[in-house]
Amino acid sequence: MIATKATGANPNERRSGSTFVTMRVGHQLCGIPVLSVRDIIETQAMTRIPLAPQDIVGCLNLRGRVVTAIDLRLRLHLPPQNVGQARMSVVVEHQDELYSLVVDSVQEVIDFQDQCLEPNPPTLGSPWREFSAGVFQLQAELLMALNIERVLTFA
Amino acid sequence: MEDLLPDFLLETYESLVQLDAQVVRLERDLNDTSILATIFRHVHTIKGTCGFLGLSRLEKLAHATENVLDQHRNGILPITAGSIQLVLRALDGIRAIVDGIHSTGLEPKGTDAVLIAELSAGAENKLSAFERPTDVSNDDTPLAAVPVPATAPSQILIPLVAEVATILPPEPVAQTIRVSIKVLESLMALVSELVLTRNQLLQVARAHENDLFAGPLQRLSHITSDLQQGMIKTRMQPISNAWSNLPRLVRDLANELGKKIELVMLGGDTELDRQIVELIKDPLIHMVRNSADHGIENAIDRRAAGKPQQGHLRLNAYHEGGYVVIEVGDDGRGLLVDRIKAKIISNRFATETELAEMSDQQVQSFIFRASFSTAAAVTAVSGRGVGMDVVKTNIEQINGTIEVTSESGKGTLFTVKIPLTLAIVSALIVEVRGERFAIPQISVLELVRARTKGVDDLVAGRRTSECVIERINKIPVLRLRDHLLPLVNLGDLLKLDDANGREAAADGCYVVVIQVGACKFGLIVDQVFDTEEIVVKPVAPIIRQITVFGGNTILGDGSVIMIIDPSGIARATGIGIGLGGANAKGVAVEQTSKQKISLLLIKAGDEYGKAVPLDLISRLESIKPETIEYPGGQPMTQYRGKLMPLVAMSAANLNQLSSDAQPVLVFADGNRVMGLMVDEIVDVVEDWLHVELSTDQPGFLGTAIVKGRATNILDTGYWLHRAFKDWFGAPAAHRSEPPQVLVVEDSQFFRSLIIPALAAQGYHVTAVDSPVAALAMRGAGRTFDVILSDIEMPEMDGIEFVRDIRAQGAWTRLPVIALTSLNSPKAVEQGRQAGFDDYISKFDKTVLLDAVNKALSFEREAYVPEKASAQQGTQS
Repeated sequence: MIATKATGANPNERRSGSTFVTMRVGHQLCGIPVLSVRDIIETQAMTRIPLAPQDIVGCLNLRGRVVTAIDLRLRLHLPPQNVGQARMSVVVEHQDELYSLVVDSVQEVIDFQDQCLEPNPPTLGSPWREFSAGVFQLQAELLMALNIERVLTFA
Repeated sequence: MEDLLPDFLLETYESLVQLDAQVVRLERDLNDTSILATIFRHVHTIKGTCGFLGLSRLEKLAHATENVLDQHRNGILPITAGSIQLVLRALDGIRAIVDGIHSTGLEPKGTDAVLIAELSAGAENKLSAFERPTDVSNDDTPLAAVPVPATAPSQILIPLVAEVATILPPEPVAQTIRVSIKVLESLMALVSELVLTRNQLLQVARAHENDLFAGPLQRLSHITSDLQQGMIKTRMQPISNAWSNLPRLVRDLANELGKKIELVMLGGDTELDRQIVELIKDPLIHMVRNSADHGIENAIDRRAAGKPQQGHLRLNAYHEGGYVVIEVGDDGRGLLVDRIKAKIISNRFATETELAEMSDQQVQSFIFRASFSTAAAVTAVSGRGVGMDVVKTNIEQINGTIEVTSESGKGTLFTVKIPLTLAIVSALIVEVRGERFAIPQISVLELVRARTKGVDDLVAGRRTSECVIERINKIPVLRLRDHLLPLVNLGDLLKLDDANGREAAADGCYVVVIQVGACKFGLIVDQVFDTEEIVVKPVAPIIRQITVFGGNTILGDGSVIMIIDPSGIARATGIGIGLGGANAKGVAVEQTSKQKISLLLIKAGDEYGKAVPLDLISRLESIKPETIEYPGGQPMTQYRGKLMPLVAMSAANLNQLSSDAQPVLVFADGNRVMGLMVDEIVDVVEDWLHVELSTDQPGFLGTAIVKGRATNILDTGYWLHRAFKDWFGAPAAHRSEPPQVLVVEDSQFFRSLIIPALAAQGYHVTAVDSPVAALAMRGAGRTFDVILSDIEMPEMDGIEFVRDIRAQGAWTRLPVIALTSLNSPKAVEQGRQAGFDDYISKFDKTVLLDAVNKALSFEREAYVPEKASAQQGTQS
């Protein structure tokens, strides 16, 4: 469908992590490997965590487990979403902890197994440079593959 | 004894299954010493347990097996296919006896003389002993059949069945079943979910009165609550479960050793998570054994030392500040520091010079090393050097700590601290500015209703019976029964929005009186709700640096709530400061990575904010202008009987010396002191130091966001250098150039923490973010005096890095210090083997500076010739 067949692609190089859940954060389309996604839920009431970095917006209960929520807009230094606008949470598991990435909306699931991940443009500034694992080219726009590890690392 | 047998059988069967698997693994990799150590520990445990159950036949066989393994473990005896065969046969022999006990409840009659003789022969390195079993295995006899020695078939009465280990007939062990914690956890999660659904249902039902569902719903609600209670209970056990077998153990030990020992157990009803109770059992047995065997002297020695004949062993368990503390103490001879030192040297754990620098406590902590035992002879009780290292490993597995204090002639005290992470605690739910928090009930002393002092009170000067919050310089305090209680406004501390908080406080609020260690303080909250039983869950690693929270939990209604850590609050507000050694130590242990650091905000010159890490400043002073003198044009002042050079941060400071007192930051470096003159000392704040922009402006490291404002971070090294250079003069300086330090660290945070610390000591610091970059500098011919390197780094880790340094190039003999957050003994050992000279925690500035100093002094003595030639090389 959207993914165009790259000529000369070696089918042996296909990796299982090449299917991405895509989501919109501000104007940007972002993606994370579908296998790392545990759940997609509508963002619910959260408990605030005082003194936490600004982009850690709270924690919530997902079937008896505490999930720490990170607002991807704030993480990417984008302006906050207007109050009252519905948002979605993509729950990922990282080192046995659950994190919810709060995004504007969740889009389709795209299989990129025939396309390679382009490296970040060298001019991409901080903090995007750290959080982007690379770029996939879609017909209409570019998709930034998120580096979950980095997104969830707070120095 | 009967009630202990089923447990023993269950455990031993588990061990045997493990053992089989491990021995087979060992067979594949004969040189893996960690597998061998595991095997040894399993056999040791079997031997130890059957010892006090009175299973003498089993004990003899296990002891013989252990002997062989010990020889292998110490490298005296090489491991061969034959020796593995022998060990497997011994294990089968053990299993045969255990099977016998299992079916009859008694140890089967007979002896294992032949097998034991073979084992002893094996231990004495008579290789012939190994050859025979190898022959047996050659004729394809299945393993299970091997252990019956052909020469003595009648001596083993119980037929051997290979599947016994996995399929257990149910009768003797029917009272309890083991459920994995994972299953319990998932059940617990389901129950919480059920409670949540129940609550939603109840809410719906409330809207429809006279509903048909009301009755059944009520019942469902009760059952759900009971189920939740029951679920919580499944995880809890009093600690006495872990030590119920100790009185018998001590009695038997006392008889065996000919000593008189009284065991006192206190706090047995302290509840602990079931899993922790299980895990603490073995360490406790080991510690009690050690105390009885090594600690307490025999009656004659005791009388000679002027002590009562009967020795005392004391077990004490209690909750303290989010921990369960278990003490095992004896009034015996104490740890013999000299003997431990001798052992350290003979085992090459440390050199004599290193030992000379250690405190007694540090020396004593060596007893937790692997294969460390000071007992002169190997006895059946202890003294093989498995004990204390196993204890430490087990305790560390549950994130606990163990410490030993000992006074010669008075006794030894082991203090085990286990975190409450898994335990369920009762917590008080409070509300502050619309947010709810849980406070562990353990640290809550009392609740006081209070209100803030209004204008009315001041005018009327009346004193009412109710408690009124008063202020000294805006700091709230409470008069509580004639004592002044410092108060902390929780809302302010947590920086919660102050929308309508003030008015609420005026017409009444609550003070939660909290005790942490020896100090008491009050927390001002708006509302106090019920207490609830909660399971403390650790917070996600990304918010672990917020030390005022001890965890979070899900309440009965399904909402998540943050749990306040009272000791964290005490630290954050400075209440715990000055409590002395014990508390300070606890703080050091708890300090986690990525902590906020305290920054002093100052103004100098322009209006932009400037900051300096508070750690680097020794004092803040205010100096009268008339006391500033200018001998030789250099401003200085008399400070504590010495002359202190003053450096002005901006030219304005020098010119504008008005009649106002001059604020000065005092930096101390060894016995040199300098003062930095600034315009104004603004505030002390806690924030993450994250230098985002570097700068070319001399005297500053870069710019960081502090409290939401761009702030320049002072390069203290630069200012110190200015003072020293001007003051001591270049020719008089004892080294012509500052030592060059290379820091390899991928985290920007730590770079910005370490660089100023080192720079402040006068080192010239170069920092790179990866070993690759560092090696490139080596290739470019750069030289350094010492290298500090992180371990965990992407691309190339510290271990590879140091191997590369040691292997080739110009840096092979440079001192390299590992900086790490993981300093488990194993990691340290691995680091040393790879070539690190020292291994230190990156959070401890003092240790860091000491290590660099030490490395440099060593380096100066040892490497001067080489360095000199290297410099000549670059010059020519």
